[in-house]
Amino acid sequence: MTQLALVIDLNVCVGCHACVTSCKEWNTSGPAGAMSDERPYDVNPTGNFFNRVQTFEVGEFPNTETVHFPKSCLHCEDPPCVPVCPTGASYKRKEDGIVLVDYDKCIGCKYCSWACPYGVREIDEKQKVMKKCTLCVDRIYDQSLPEAERKPACVMACPTSARLFGDVHDPESVVSKAIRESGGYPLMPEWGTQPANHYLPRRKTRLRIHEDELERTDNPLKIDRQLPKPDMAEPSLDDVTSW
Amino acid sequence: MSAAVAPEVAPAVQEIKKTTCYMCACRCGIRVHLRDGQVRYIDGNPDHPLNQGVICAKGSSGIMKQYSPARLLKPLKRKAGAERGAGDFEEISWEEVYATLAERLGKIRATDPKKFALFTGRDQMQALTGLFARQFGTPNYAAHGGLCSVNMAAGMIYTIGGSFWEFGGPDLDRAKLFVMIGTAEDHHSNPLKIAIAKFKRNGGRFISINPVRTGYSAIADEWVPIRPGTDGALLLAIIHELIAKGLYDRDFLVRYTNAGQLVNLDDKHDEFGMFVRTEVPQEEACYDPQNKLWWDRISNKPVITHSEGADPFLLGEFVLSDGTPVKPSFQLLQERVQDYTPEWAAQITGIPVDVIRRLAYEMGVTARDQQIELPIAWTDSWGKEHDTVTGNPVAFHAMRGLAAHSNGFHTIRALAILMSLLGTIDRPGGFRHKAPFPRPIPPCARTPTSPLAVRPDTPLDGMALGWPSDPDDLFIHEDGTPVRIDKAFSWEYPLSVHGLMHNVITNAWRGDPYRIDTLMIFMSNMAWNSTMNTVEVRKMLNDKDEHGEHKIPFIVVCDAFQSEMTAFADLILPDTTYLERHDAMSMLDRPISEFDGPVDAVRIPVLPPSGECRPFQEVLIELGARLKLPVFTASDGSRKYRDYPDFIVNYETEPGSGIGFLAGWRGRGGEKFMRGEPNPNQWEMYAKNNCIYHHELPRSYQYMRNWNQGYLEWSQRNRITRYAEPILIHLYSEVLQKFRLAAQGKGISRKPPEHLKQRVETFFDPLPFFYEPLETQLTDKHKYPLAAITQRPMAMYHSWDSQNAWLRQIHTYNTLYVNTQTARLQGIADGDWIWVESQWGKVRCMAQHSEAVEPGTVWTWNAIGKAAGAWNLTPEANESRQGFLLNHLISDELPGKPGASRVSNSDPVTGQAAWYDVRVRIYKAGAEEAQETSPQFEALTPVPGMKQRPTWLAYFGGGKIK
Repeated sequence: MTQLALVIDLNVCVGCHACVTSCKEWNTSGPAGAMSDERPYDVNPTGNFFNRVQTFEVGEFPNTETVHFPKSCLHCEDPPCVPVCPTGASYKRKEDGIVLVDYDKCIGCKYCSWACPYGVREIDEKQKVMKKCTLCVDRIYDQSLPEAERKPACVMACPTSARLFGDVHDPESVVSKAIRESGGYPLMPEWGTQPANHYLPRRKTRLRIHEDELERTDNPLKIDRQLPKPDMAEPSLDDVTSW
Repeated sequence: MSAAVAPEVAPAVQEIKKTTCYMCACRCGIRVHLRDGQVRYIDGNPDHPLNQGVICAKGSSGIMKQYSPARLLKPLKRKAGAERGAGDFEEISWEEVYATLAERLGKIRATDPKKFALFTGRDQMQALTGLFARQFGTPNYAAHGGLCSVNMAAGMIYTIGGSFWEFGGPDLDRAKLFVMIGTAEDHHSNPLKIAIAKFKRNGGRFISINPVRTGYSAIADEWVPIRPGTDGALLLAIIHELIAKGLYDRDFLVRYTNAGQLVNLDDKHDEFGMFVRTEVPQEEACYDPQNKLWWDRISNKPVITHSEGADPFLLGEFVLSDGTPVKPSFQLLQERVQDYTPEWAAQITGIPVDVIRRLAYEMGVTARDQQIELPIAWTDSWGKEHDTVTGNPVAFHAMRGLAAHSNGFHTIRALAILMSLLGTIDRPGGFRHKAPFPRPIPPCARTPTSPLAVRPDTPLDGMALGWPSDPDDLFIHEDGTPVRIDKAFSWEYPLSVHGLMHNVITNAWRGDPYRIDTLMIFMSNMAWNSTMNTVEVRKMLNDKDEHGEHKIPFIVVCDAFQSEMTAFADLILPDTTYLERHDAMSMLDRPISEFDGPVDAVRIPVLPPSGECRPFQEVLIELGARLKLPVFTASDGSRKYRDYPDFIVNYETEPGSGIGFLAGWRGRGGEKFMRGEPNPNQWEMYAKNNCIYHHELPRSYQYMRNWNQGYLEWSQRNRITRYAEPILIHLYSEVLQKFRLAAQGKGISRKPPEHLKQRVETFFDPLPFFYEPLETQLTDKHKYPLAAITQRPMAMYHSWDSQNAWLRQIHTYNTLYVNTQTARLQGIADGDWIWVESQWGKVRCMAQHSEAVEPGTVWTWNAIGKAAGAWNLTPEANESRQGFLLNHLISDELPGKPGASRVSNSDPVTGQAAWYDVRVRIYKAGAEEAQETSPQFEALTPVPGMKQRPTWLAYFGGGKIK
């Protein structure tokens, strides 16, 4: 059974927010749109986004990591948002595991957003329906798009290719390999939600220099450094002894 | 499988048009998807060499820029009697605009052309704006480089003949170690992100040296916090270690730099500190003649450099047969860094001694032990054939983190020298040039050298901006005073190769060196974030003389958006957005070249102009024709070019030169490139080819271009350069020494005026040295213990995007980041309102605790804070209440020595604005004080013609929901 998902590589995410606005831009004019913005030019503007980047610091100076953390619906295998929905608007697709909302059925009661432990559902305050990441379901099967572009908008946009897209149930997929080989992990597995999206941790590259690597046989100073030569007239042993 | 999400979108007319992004200055290729003529979506063009299909947060938000209610849609003039700054305007017609300008500028041109000053925020259109200014005859023209990053351009170009960003960059495809110093997030945006991610995936090691850990630094393998303005000390200590440990690339230094050249050390001699020349008379041309000497190790005597079979001493001291004492310049470099030990640098930078040593060792060992040999045969300038191209895979990147300090020029010289010692210049895995670089050192463009070049009704006799090679190249009066309003190319800032835009308003207001009549500003927010000393500059813009006349009589502003600056205009020209215009990213300016060869690009309109907007290019062409500037006028006196696209196709730098703004598809049928007759179908050919022209060089021309005979001759044949002479790296700078000699009274060149002699002698040191930033030297550091700097948010470009409904939700306001310990010592809690105070002013803002900033630094995001009502935000918007502008704390001038006049707060070599030098203290704001930023300004109101700002936005691009 297919379970589509995103794998987000925190090792290369620079927090540029390309995924945030490319998502909004694609979706506001698509089936999930319009994605409204309240007070867009006034105090405390707030709008509907399927994807946001949170930035936080870990550790104390100077041992600080600054982490950019993009977060959207994790398309849980056991999504707590689905059973709480009183109208059946929230559902998980059998064929590809995407969690979606049927806006025609949604009454905007927000039960699902209370049930979601990840805070990734956002009500559209204008339309009064609950919205969330669709994994760009309107792109990924669209035969009119070239095959290379049948990916979520955020994946297409990401300048650091930090967002991988694929089937986490297929062990040969790019996402399964990344999770396997680079220590991919789900968010808060203790909740038992089995998020389909995974994150790849920071990995450090270090250079170990052995001391003897600094004593170089090709040291150019052997050529360039001229050790001072004493004057011929300076006293030496030759002047005082004959052995 | 169909998407089961409702509602579905009704079929609509869909179209995809390609053009070039301009949400920042990076210039990625984009595809604009239109539905029923409205923008439905903008994504990256997968066939574009720069961004390869990706796009950033700004590029993805282009829709919100296009349809922003802050757009200026009508030409406006200030209402009679209204004060500048109040934003009280009335609509006028374009005909009135042109008539007003043609009359006013015509009078200026006929009397004293320098009284017209044109300064532009954007420096990727200089080919046209510079041409217009020159044709007009005014010397008073520059783009914003002086307050941006001229130190980076000048420091590198005066050393290696190339620089970062448009001119060159780190080759992260092949690098193993990448060192980024200081903030550089906005230059080069997507290409650098793509490259860093690939680099990390390939196992490269990334070290970031920065007072702050944000942006790209966040994903560095190691973060090395450093105190602002001390990078020069670090770099010099690293050079010290590399030389002491013998980790420099001797072969590279010998053949490709001036390391082995002998310097005259007879201090009685007029040529003291200059390279010794052979008898060969020096040609008067723009390149380094090959007439210098080495002291040959084999024959132990002086020989002409690069003599067959010779190998120079790099260290030592020698005496020529005429008794002249000489040393190789590398010896002088070694002596210079003798005392710049890691122990010394640790005290200054705050970086531990062992970390400084390790940085040097990592660079040196990686460069030597991970050397790359590519099987690419090439021939050097001395005819020697090489079977391979060598790479020492250590790459660097830096921009304004190093540049925006008053010691930035020498810091950047030190960086360029470090890169050269490692043998990384135009080599795989190191630094690589982008066409039209490398250029001779310095490049050949020169300004005029006397005020006689400025004459009524005559084009300027020379370029308004150039690259001085000695004091005789300065643009000054006989008494040494400046010709330009910004004092560029004067003894105060001799190598100010990008001008000093940040001086213009203050100088014009004060009438020093003279008053002007009309100041035209294109796309620069000089009443807010693009100026220092903002509060006073705003007063200057509206200040009047004793007759009640404005001290700056007429201000014209061209911009697409209502801003703090447009409020001060007498005349506002509504510009188009990037989706509504033609543009050329020209080889004559700053093209988008790749490492592998020249690339230029165009914009082609995707949408019709909004309202009555007209592109600034069209305004210049129209004015050029009305003023009868020679280039824009046919021989019968009629208008020469129909419009900007016509100009781009048909303009040639000289009649029949075959060189124009665009290098691609020249020649009648588009069969030529770089040089060829105008092609009437050139725009169409660009349109069919992703809006770019990319000429990929043969592999043997892609490296070692400073000394690559094949490349240099190719470049010469294609008129990219006049000379095919090798461009030796200037470890030791004779250019700087020539100015120093003049200050010492030696030689026959012009001499600085008495009050500037010491300044020129001190700062024109032929080898890099470290000094505290000038402002720091004048600051009581106990009173102002902290350095205050800005960083560049990746989701905003300067002040451009607060009018963008999506981007402003990412950065709605800015806080001052303070190291947690530093804040606690002051009793400042996270989120407290505080005062930040410098010697020059104070600002109230919110503090935010951070562990990602070194304790002696506070910082904020650049240009998020706005004036109330600007950019058509409501006066209550967070940007003007919670957000703040750091510029209020930064002075545009520094007090001079007692008795001397004030000088610009700039680098004394290049005039780079030193806006990262400011020192501050912080303290809690009183409980009774308003919880909003201070200073506040009277709120701007929307100007006529602007759309109303909606209270809700639900953008749906074209089509209809079923």
